[in-house]
Amino acid sequence: MNECQQVEPVVRGSAQNAHSVVVRFAGDSGDGMQVAGSQVAVTSALMGNDIATFPDFPAEIRAPKGTPAGVSGFQVHFASSDVLTPGDQVDVLVAMNPAALKVNLDAVKPHGTIIVDVDAFDRKGLRLAKYENNPIEDGSLGEYQVVEAPITSQTRAAVAEAGVGHKIATRCRNFFAMGIVYWLYGRDLDATIRFIDTRFSEEVAQADKLALTSGWNFGETTEAFERSYVVPPAKPKPGTYRNVTGNEALAFGLVTAAYLSGKELFYSAYPITPASDILHKLSRFSECGVRTFQAEDEIAAICSAIGASFGGALGVTGSSGPGIALKTEALGYAVMLELPLVVINVQRGGPSTGLPTKVEQADLFQAVMGRNGEAPMPVLAASGPSDCFETVIEAWRIATKLMTPVMVLSDAFTANGAEPWNYPDIRTLEPISIDHPKAMTHGEPFMPYERDEWLARPWALPGTEGLTHRIGGIEKQNGSGAISYDPQNHETMVNLRAQKVKNARDLMTSLEMEGERSGELLIVSWGGMRGTCREAVKRARGEGKSVSHIHLRHLNPFPKDLGDLLRDFKQVIVAELNSGQLLQLLRAEYLVDASGLNKVRGQPFRIDDIAAQIDTSLEEKN
Amino acid sequence: MSVVEKSQPNFASDQEVRWCPGCGDFAILSQMKKIMPTLGVKPENVAFVSGIGCSSRFPYYLETYGMHGIHGRAPAIATGLKRMRPDLQVWVVTGDGDALSIGCTHLLHALRRNVDIKILLFNNRIYGLTKGQFSPTTPPGLVTSSTPGGTAHEPLHPLSIALASNATFVARSVDTNARHLGDVLRRAAAHRGAAFVEIYQNCHIFNDGAFDHAKDAAVREDHTVELVHGQPLVFGKERNKGIRLVGTDLEVVELDNGRSAGDLLVHDEASQTSAIAQMLAGMEHPRMPEVLGVLRDIDLPTHNDLMPDDTVSVAARADKINQLLETGETWTVGG
Ligand SMILES: Cc1ncc(C[n+]2csc(CCOP(=O)(O)OP(=O)(O)O)c2C)c(N)n1
Ligand code: SF4
Repeated sequence: MNECQQVEPVVRGSAQNAHSVVVRFAGDSGDGMQVAGSQVAVTSALMGNDIATFPDFPAEIRAPKGTPAGVSGFQVHFASSDVLTPGDQVDVLVAMNPAALKVNLDAVKPHGTIIVDVDAFDRKGLRLAKYENNPIEDGSLGEYQVVEAPITSQTRAAVAEAGVGHKIATRCRNFFAMGIVYWLYGRDLDATIRFIDTRFSEEVAQADKLALTSGWNFGETTEAFERSYVVPPAKPKPGTYRNVTGNEALAFGLVTAAYLSGKELFYSAYPITPASDILHKLSRFSECGVRTFQAEDEIAAICSAIGASFGGALGVTGSSGPGIALKTEALGYAVMLELPLVVINVQRGGPSTGLPTKVEQADLFQAVMGRNGEAPMPVLAASGPSDCFETVIEAWRIATKLMTPVMVLSDAFTANGAEPWNYPDIRTLEPISIDHPKAMTHGEPFMPYERDEWLARPWALPGTEGLTHRIGGIEKQNGSGAISYDPQNHETMVNLRAQKVKNARDLMTSLEMEGERSGELLIVSWGGMRGTCREAVKRARGEGKSVSHIHLRHLNPFPKDLGDLLRDFKQVIVAELNSGQLLQLLRAEYLVDASGLNKVRGQPFRIDDIAAQIDTSLEEKN
Repeated sequence: MSVVEKSQPNFASDQEVRWCPGCGDFAILSQMKKIMPTLGVKPENVAFVSGIGCSSRFPYYLETYGMHGIHGRAPAIATGLKRMRPDLQVWVVTGDGDALSIGCTHLLHALRRNVDIKILLFNNRIYGLTKGQFSPTTPPGLVTSSTPGGTAHEPLHPLSIALASNATFVARSVDTNARHLGDVLRRAAAHRGAAFVEIYQNCHIFNDGAFDHAKDAAVREDHTVELVHGQPLVFGKERNKGIRLVGTDLEVVELDNGRSAGDLLVHDEASQTSAIAQMLAGMEHPRMPEVLGVLRDIDLPTHNDLMPDDTVSVAARADKINQLLETGETWTVGG
């Protein structure tokens, strides 16, 4: 563990203070851009900066080399104050080839810095990127500060003494590029050196380190940079931190929920981007009561999780939109069985295969309504990487209290993005208490659909004497659980199941809000867009604008006080990465005249998108 | 202390049985109720899981734990249950449509993984619950609700599929052959690993007589061969016929015709390869007599055996989970 105050930034020359920096590494899928970006993130976090990251990669593992289709990017935002988003526009773009430049140029701030590997801007590279002229030479980058770094050739020269082959030497380019960025922002090399030493063979590690330091030296000696910068530490809440991605936090949250409820976790999934990492992660936690199951398809995944829940385990299945679609029938089954179950949907761009690696929030209707019959279930959405931890624990709390499946929504942006997390000592968290009915030895009939004050039925575990009972998807008599086609009973059961889900409102924490509880304009967001909306609203408020922000974790049922709150604003804007799904739900539920700010480009909102909407809405009022 | 005669647990539930009077499912249920008390397992430690279909109502009629599933998915549900509750004896009840059409994938994978569950496929060669459409085991030519001109395609053979999935226990029996069915169910219960049993089941409403050759006391001995481990394949009312391996084929021989039992194929249910078992599974009426009994019973590690089992106690888990959270780079911000 490191004490962040003890880390002295290594800076030379006339270093200037910078408050907030956004860097994006971009190159071929195989260029190691994800490693470069995440190393800058870890290093910055260790130096006390707040951070957020945004990996952006193609669906193909190795798309055609050198072409725009194969460009993989990783964006890091580090700052000396709270960071709520990975940043709209980048201060520094590292472009490892012409295609990377072409794809990412739009993201660079006016007058921003572009570091290019000039060696890659040869005829072939330009042709693959479909550049007619070399953009470095034709003046088209005039407004930017372009740093021409011979990354490939200098890397090869630098690593020669490590004696690695040509291929490996070339693969060290990302470390050279990182070295330049590390120099530019006074980043400490230690963490990355530790990473290299634990990750690679001795030979390769030596080469990587040589590349890293040569990159640093290049930065220091080249005339191209006017100066370097220092980004002083932020002042986060005291505590112990680590970086965490959304998918990691989901995995940690699930093991913790199992521990808090004294259960074993059964996690069942069929591989699908961007949810697979949850399975990968959990499959390494068997010591902590985790049983993972890579099922033959998504239907088997959810069905086996339901079987596990019947047996008394924490049954969980995770997938993404297309896989959730396959689970639909079984979700209705779980609603009928009234067994606790957690279903995770890491949303991606849809419909169908859609944009497998990109962000979208278009599965909200599917989560809330996407089943045959009257089949409501609670739906929660995580607001960012670290919030996934708490969200999934809350989901299990609700699932067991109400004996119901619960849907947890994440998204590609949250799943792969990372942020510092002040992680808890799990012994300090509130236990999840579950009462299983005890054995009955006097021969009286067991009532599997008898209801408690929450309208939940008992969770009787196989193996308990006197409680043998049968459940199934056919309608059951309330109380006895016998098969029943009685019209009145069916209506009673439909209403009971609906009311039970509504009771989740009494288990929720109150609405989390920025700004006044009434006024001119309210921005409403959900899921991974919390940080962006919060930052935009904070800035606008800083400029004296009358705007508030609420972020919803609970999408079904909605929190109790939501209706009144919405009605207390003259304008309500619902910002979401779909064509207006939460908007429709809110309008239908509360009859409020809300309007939508929508984006479906496979990209998150930028703070500017929200800021522009705030301005438009406030102008319209005048 | 005097020995108190403990009454046998009763496995019958109080639910009204709703199959058509005369349905083969009754006979199977009655055999099941008869053997359960002899297995030495308490009702609360047994779970029946089913899919959807007439046959899949089975769990409601037994006083054990039970899950009436969704169409085709019972093996998947049972896999999750058995994974988390190795202490339970888990049975799956399924139909030919349920197991071989909509749920075929789950059947293959439960068998391939050798999940310790007992799968009973009630084969009536028709869709019962949905009123008589052809199923994946319907023989070509049969007129059904959805094939007025006769069913077109060749059927699937449940035993062949089970063997191809490397099932460790594969058997066949007949609904009304009480003695035989009882023995096979007991063998399945005793098997450690996935057990697959095809049960010929008469649906007299939509496909009456589909298995008369194997059911009718007057002819069945001439049309079926009861397999006995280590014994030659002899059959026939007079026990004067047998099955012989010639080259890569099986043939029926008359024993009086100069052939002796010594020339016949000797059944080996423990054979590690399923090649001969596949040949036996391929014996089809009317070309050949059909085999009844246990085709295969081998011992392989079960799904649970093959999965990691290093979970520590709940109390000891807190430290482990805290360690997981601390893995990688962490840093402390002072107060
Ligand atoms: C998803 C789904 N599709 C279709 C059905 C309708 N369905 C119910 S049972 C059945 C076929 C049952 O045939 P089989 O498995 O042979 O069982 P049997 O009724 O003959 O015992 C069908 C198609 C259903 N319940 N669910
Ligand atoms: S339809 Fe056939 S299978 Fe179904 S209950 Fe009636 S006889 Fe039995």
